[in-house]
This record gives sequence, structure tokens and C-alpha cells, in this order.
Amino acid sequence: MSTSLDREWQRFTPTQRIGRWLLWLAIVAACVWAVRSIEIIPEFLADAPQQMADLLLRMWPPDLGHYRIGVHDALIETLHIATLGTVLSFTMAVPLALLTARNVCPWAPVNALANLLLVASRSVNSLVWALLFVAVFGPGALAGVLAIAFRSVGFVGKLLAEAIEETPRGPMEAMAAVGAPWGHGMLKGMWPQVQPAFWGIALFRWDINVRESAVLGLVGAGGIGVALDDAINFFHWDRVATILLAILVVVVIAEIVVTQIRKRLI
Amino acid sequence: MTRTAFTPNWTARGALLALALYCVFAVTQLDISWARILTGFGEGGRFLARMWPPNFERWDTLVEGMLESIQIAVLSSVAGIILSLPLGLMAARNLSPAWVSAPVRGFIALCRSLHYVIVAILFVKAVGFGALAGVAALTVASMGFIAKLFAEAIEEISMKQVEAVRATGAGPAGVLLYGVLPQVASRFVGFCIYQLDSNLRNSTLVGIVGAGGIGGTLFAAFKRFDYDFVAAILLSIIALIFLAELVSARVRKALQ
Amino acid sequence: MSAGLSLRGLSKAYVPGKPVLRDITLDFAPEGVTAIIGPSGTGKSTLIRCINRLVEPSGGQVLLDGQDLVPLRGRELRLARRRIGMVFQEYNLVERLSVMENLLSGRLGYVPLWRAWLRKYPAEDIARAFELLDAVGLPDHATRRADALSGGQRQRVGIARALMQRPALLLADEPTSSLDPRTAVEVMELLTTLTQREQVPVIINIHNVELAKRYCGRIIGMHQGAVVFDGPPEALEASHLQLIYGGEGWQE
Repeated sequence: MSTSLDREWQRFTPTQRIGRWLLWLAIVAACVWAVRSIEIIPEFLADAPQQMADLLLRMWPPDLGHYRIGVHDALIETLHIATLGTVLSFTMAVPLALLTARNVCPWAPVNALANLLLVASRSVNSLVWALLFVAVFGPGALAGVLAIAFRSVGFVGKLLAEAIEETPRGPMEAMAAVGAPWGHGMLKGMWPQVQPAFWGIALFRWDINVRESAVLGLVGAGGIGVALDDAINFFHWDRVATILLAILVVVVIAEIVVTQIRKRLI
Repeated sequence: MTRTAFTPNWTARGALLALALYCVFAVTQLDISWARILTGFGEGGRFLARMWPPNFERWDTLVEGMLESIQIAVLSSVAGIILSLPLGLMAARNLSPAWVSAPVRGFIALCRSLHYVIVAILFVKAVGFGALAGVAALTVASMGFIAKLFAEAIEEISMKQVEAVRATGAGPAGVLLYGVLPQVASRFVGFCIYQLDSNLRNSTLVGIVGAGGIGGTLFAAFKRFDYDFVAAILLSIIALIFLAELVSARVRKALQ
Repeated sequence: MSAGLSLRGLSKAYVPGKPVLRDITLDFAPEGVTAIIGPSGTGKSTLIRCINRLVEPSGGQVLLDGQDLVPLRGRELRLARRRIGMVFQEYNLVERLSVMENLLSGRLGYVPLWRAWLRKYPAEDIARAFELLDAVGLPDHATRRADALSGGQRQRVGIARALMQRPALLLADEPTSSLDPRTAVEVMELLTTLTQREQVPVIINIHNVELAKRYCGRIIGMHQGAVVFDGPPEALEASHLQLIYGGEGWQE
């Protein structure tokens, strides 16, 4: 009994404790550094809630009449951009995914190169892609479609390649065993296994792209962002509110559509 | 009596055909033509030529912008994480009554629905140009993301463990500390690291609408057709994102 | 009358009109082990959970040392709960916490929040926890995580956690049903000897009639939400079991 009084209990071992302290210290240090050196004007900060309230008041009530004149067409254009961009991204992502997957393409340097392209596509934000394409093709929806497509390639390609690499080898081997050419093997041995993942990824990315394409217009790449940019520049806050509502509704509907289709597919 | 070996899936075929027709229709709607694309290719060659070699001469502006982006990412992540904790708890339907969880869930959904660049524009208009607007916008985005996943994680916990802690006579805070948080802590940390990573990417962008960080520098260089500086900025951003991805992958592995 | 637990006309209906407990009136001595036996779905678990109000009774009184627990709310309810320990069928340890933290969670009703948060428990609580770990035969497991333990070990921790509360009453809800027969006997042995040593009365829901007869001083048989047998194990005969479990051929 008396031994129990001498025993001590601590939640962490000493090394763990030091590690945790260092981690917290690093987090606090990062915050302090950021707060001290970031350029935030205190008056602005104090003023912010009032300014936000003011902005919201000016948005109310939304100018719903503006929807038919200046919003509807742009909204449809946004959806076109999102869908075409997604389709186009798949035409590029499928070959790249096949080249990345080690069980399809056995040459390591090719895998690495294809993967590098996918990573590069992912690292550049769609808005930056849009800037580049606006510079090349001029303002308009074409730049938007390409921006969406090029940003999506990396995302789609990575997930597709993972799905392909996870397929069991059995069906492909069976195809080879009956003497089917490579293409037939891919079509009947690989595709049925990857198909659910394929459509899942397509829907998932389309949903993201609907959100993303709404802002591309801010840099001139077409869609509802152009209308939003105009309304903001002319301080038509009631129109801004209408546009934001329209975007919100479309985003919510897209999410519902995607979940419904996914339920049916699975 | 003929037997068919396959039942054709007419719905699927119809859907695919519809998608193809739609694509053609959409292309005509968007005023996309071969002529434009071909001119674009020529233009693209010139554009790339002007980007090379990347010009790092104004590295001090570059570093300043990058540092501000990192600061925006750090502050917005911390603020977002701190705010997400109570929001996530309130949004979890197994812990909170419906009259609390329903409005909180609505608020979280609202935070998620608007793209962070749009939120950034609104904040720029409300609080002026600069990093504050960027921090605020990314905080909103972080709340939407972390609070949603946190609430979902809480809804999946074992209520039996919670019941056992409640049976010892622990108060609500005690139940939270011993029954709920241990079950979700590691996932919460995972969400936070993921969000820090994505805030870092996004903080390089909000500057395009004037909300601080390297994005502003990038946009300005674009407008001045300073394409070799643009190339330098893009390379730096990609390097930063790469680094962040490596670090966060390392940290996540260490945590497991 | 003041000491121990008394139930007065306790009833519970999850769905109005379909009572799970019908007007239960029982007195429990402030010591000894009482078993509640009966078929599944007969309201044994509900009865136990009505006592510490994990389930809200529909009517009646739960008197612990003369105090009615049914109308208690908030803080008062917590103060009552911390005097009642509970052992669960599926152990219900907080899986991701260490054994020691699970034990100390038994003190959550007593220590202030900051101590619980920082794990700065009073030295006597920690000493008591080590003592109980020795007593349940897990002296070296303090820093193991609960999900690394076997079923029998987890239930030992569950018992220790309940005793950490220094309870005036221990409730056990099917404590052996998830265990293999041998471990079940060991856990029952441990549960009865420890509670005897600490002089804590125990009410235990149990499926296994043999274990109940062997370890319990009093057996209560329930059938369809009502008490149909109440007496010492020696008095429990086949006819009673037929009454409790219904049917004829269950024994073969």
C-alpha cells in the first residue's frame, strides 16, 4: 500500500512534454510574428464591424429586377464554363492518369514526368490560370474554360491515377490470358473497375468548378464574375446582393444535384 | 425466342449523348472559334517567350509579398480554428438541441457557399485594402471548412463513452473534455493542418482583389505586362506551396 | 428507511401507452450484491438507468438515502450522480485516453474544471487510482491507452473508474455479457470482493443465472417490466425461472 503513495503519474513522458511545449511555443511565436509585422491599421480594425453593417444595409433590399437584365445570361455562361472546363480537363487528365499509374505504364521516368505535370497543374490556382489565359486569348469565356480545365487536370488526374492503381490485377490478367489486345483489356478489365470512381470524381470536380467559375470574371475570364465586378465598381450594392444570391442559389442547387446523382450511381 | 446477351443501358447512353450535344451547344454559346484559338497559340508563344527568363531583380518586393501572404495564412488559420471549436460543437446534432444546431449549421453552410475571393472583395469594400481583409476572408472560409468537418466528426463519436463520463457526475465541460474531445482531437488537428495548407495557397491569391499578400504584386505585374516578373512570382508561389505540402504531409505522418 | 436505495412506484414508458417499467417498488439494503435477472427487453437496463437518471423515469420516486433523485436538475443531479458509480456492458471507457485518465474521469464530479483540463489531480486521487489499479490487477497499465486493452482488462478499468467516485451505490449493467465465460467469472469475483471491501452496495443486471446465484445475496426476477421474484438465491427455483423467462423448454 505504501508504495502507491510514492508513485507519480504524469500524462506525458518528459520528452513528449518538451515536444508539446516546443510546438505550442512555435505556434504562439508564429502568431506574435504575424500580428506584429502584418500591416493592419488599428482604426480599420475597430471600424470593421460598423463598416460591414453599413455595407449590408446598402445591399438591402436586393435589386431583384436586375436579375433578368444583367445576371441571368452571365449565370448560364458560368455554368457553361464549369461544365466545358470539367469535360476538357478529363480529356487531358485521363491520358496523364494512365501514364502516372504504375500498373498501367511500367516506365518510371514517364510516371514521374506525368505526375510532375499533374502537380504543376494543381499548384497554380484557377484564378492565376485565368490571368495567364486572359493574357494569351484575351478576355472572355474561352480563357475561363481553359483556366478551369487546366486547374482541374491535376486534381482529376491524381484521383484517377490513385483509383487505377488500386484496382486488383486479376481481371486484367484474365483478359491477357484469353489473348485480348491491350486496348480490349483496358476497356473490359480496367474500365468497369474504375468507372464508379471516375463518375464520382467528375461530379465532385464539377461541383467545385461551379464555385470557382463564379469568380473567374473578376480577372476578365467570363461568367458571372464580370457582372459582379461591374456592380461592385459602380457601387450598385443592391445589384451585388442579387448576384451573390444568384451564386448562392446555383452553388446550393449544384451540390444537391451532385448528391442526388451520386446516390443513383452508387 | 431471341435472347439478348446484354441489356443496353439506354439511360446511360442517353445521358452521354445529351452531355455531348450540350458541349457542342455550349461551345457555340460561348463564342469559341478555331480562329481565336489559333491566334491564341501564336500569342501564347510570344507570352511564354516574354516570361523567360524569370526576373528576380525585385526580390525584396517579392519576399515582402510572400511574407505577408504567410502572415495572412497563419492569422486566418488561428482565428478560424479558434472560432470553429465552439461552432463545430454547437452544430453537432448529437450534443446540441435543434434550436442551436440548425442556425449554426446554416451559418456554416453560408460561410462555405461563397468563394473566398468574393468574401475578400466584400471585406475589402468594408474594411479597406490590405491584409486585414484577406485575414477576415480566409477566416470565414476556414470556419466553414473546419467547423463542418468537426461537427461531422463529433456526430460520429460513440455516445456510450459520453454516457459513461456523464454517469460519473461530470458537468457539461467535464463531459466535453473527457468524453467528447479525446474522441475527435486527432481528426480535428488533421483538419486544422489541412486548412493551414489550403489557407497558404489561398493567401497568395486574395491580393488580386486587394486583400493583401503576394497576389497584389502578381496582379500589378500582370497589368504592367511585366511578364518576366510574373514568372518569378509564380515560381516562388509554386515553391512555397510545394514546401507547405511537404511539411504538412510530414506533420500528418508524425501525428499518426 | 433513510439508508440505502428505495424505488417507489417507478415507471417508464418510452412510447406513451407501452410501459417498459410498471410501478416498481423495491428497497435495497446499504450493503451486499443484488442481481436483477430477466429476459432481454424486459426493462432491466432501463431500471438501472432510471436510478442514475441516464434514462428519465416517467413516474415514481428514486430515493437515495432519503433524497428523491427524480426531480433533480443540473448541478444537483450531478452531485447525486457522482455518488452512484456505474459499470457498463461494453465497458464504455474513453478509448483514446490512457487507463489513468479513464480512472481519474471518475473524479470529474469532484475536481474543479481547470484541474480536469490540465490533468492536475490532487495527489490523493492519484494515489487512490494506483491503489485501485493494484486491486484490479493492472498495476503496470496506468499509461496504456484504453483501446490497447483486452475486454477483461477494460472491464477491470471500468470497475476501478466507478470505485474512484467512492460511490454510495454501484450500478452494473450486464458487466459480464461481452466477456468470455472464464473472464466473466473473474470479473464477477473482482466486482463482488472489491465492493465488499469498500462496503458499497451493488445492483447488477445479469443474464447468467448461475453467476447471479453464485455471487449475489439477493435476486430480483423481472418479467415484462414488473418484479415477479424477489428473494435469496436459495429460494430461486425452476418454477420461478419459468415465470421470469416464460415458456417451458428454455432450460434444456
